[in-house]
Amino acid sequence: MSGKVKRMLEMFTQVTWSPYIAGAGIGVLSWLAFLLSDKPLGCSTSYFRTFGIIKKTVHKKGMDENPYYKKYKPEIEWQWMLVLGIIIGAFISSTLSGIFELTWVPDMFAARFGNNPIIRIIIALIGGIFMGFGARWGGGCTSGHGISGTSQLSMTSIIAVIFMFAGGIATAILIYGVV
Amino acid sequence: MYENLHKNKTLQLILGLLMGIGFGFFLQKSSVTNYDVIINQLLLLDFTVIKVMGAAVLVGMPGIYLLQHYGYAGKHITKGSIGTTVIGGLIFGVGFAVLGLCPGTVAGAVGQGSLDALFGGMIGIIIGTGIFATIYPRISEGILKYKPIKYETLYEMLGIKQAYLIVFCLIAGVIVLYALEYTGL
Repeated sequence: MSGKVKRMLEMFTQVTWSPYIAGAGIGVLSWLAFLLSDKPLGCSTSYFRTFGIIKKTVHKKGMDENPYYKKYKPEIEWQWMLVLGIIIGAFISSTLSGIFELTWVPDMFAARFGNNPIIRIIIALIGGIFMGFGARWGGGCTSGHGISGTSQLSMTSIIAVIFMFAGGIATAILIYGVV
Repeated sequence: MYENLHKNKTLQLILGLLMGIGFGFFLQKSSVTNYDVIINQLLLLDFTVIKVMGAAVLVGMPGIYLLQHYGYAGKHITKGSIGTTVIGGLIFGVGFAVLGLCPGTVAGAVGQGSLDALFGGMIGIIIGTGIFATIYPRISEGILKYKPIKYETLYEMLGIKQAYLIVFCLIAGVIVLYALEYTGL
């Protein structure tokens, strides 16, 4: 095997890449999404579709009257597969570099709040609820607004991203008490 | 341009999955699928998240522009208002810091084995979107329409050519990223 090929293969087993290389890769993916699928990279509507799919099977009441379920139908489509793919891609990446590990509590969280998994799950659940609610209220998330919208210099996305980070920075400082 | 490809539902599901695998791979390799990396970004101690997003935008922007300019891709711009962007953005931000991940990176965190991302984060986001849907009919004509954003894009607002603004953004973006490296953040 030539040295060049070997070095390229070694890249896949590295734990981390330069954020610029990884980010550039995501940029190229955004071209492909526009070109091949006529879609911007985005994630948050898939969570709502999942909610709709679950609701449809357990408690259909009220769905027909609510226009939001017409706007984003409870179905598996391109973006839903994208989010599924993210799980698989991260699994492949972490397995190749040997860092895949089942964990319950992130290190920084443990240092601040202790390593009780139940407390972490409850807080993550609350954070998730805010995030899902806010993402749908604002019409997108860090990938939909942050990458796809900003790449097109969309005003809505630029303003949304500024306030996402403003809210995030203020809350993180409150939680971790550092100034 | 590739209308037949865009209409082929099965193929689109496969393409979505493949692009997702690439997306998840890059996210994981850049380490933004870690709670600690996201929190340190929000505490302004480590700028990995901004570097990844910045590089993605700086590479994405000229490519998407050229694709759109030569008719290979459509525009995908979400219309919004001050009511959607400011309030939605701030609520999202609270969740961003409390969960320590976002809707894309939480999926990546699940892929690398973070069970809190699976049982807390992903389930929470699903519930949150559902709660929003429940109140949507009551706010869709009110607060969500508060002060619609007049200009669709920054170049329309500034009244300059899109291509010029892109060149400016590329130069400014590289300077900002270079400054981040220079200051060691």
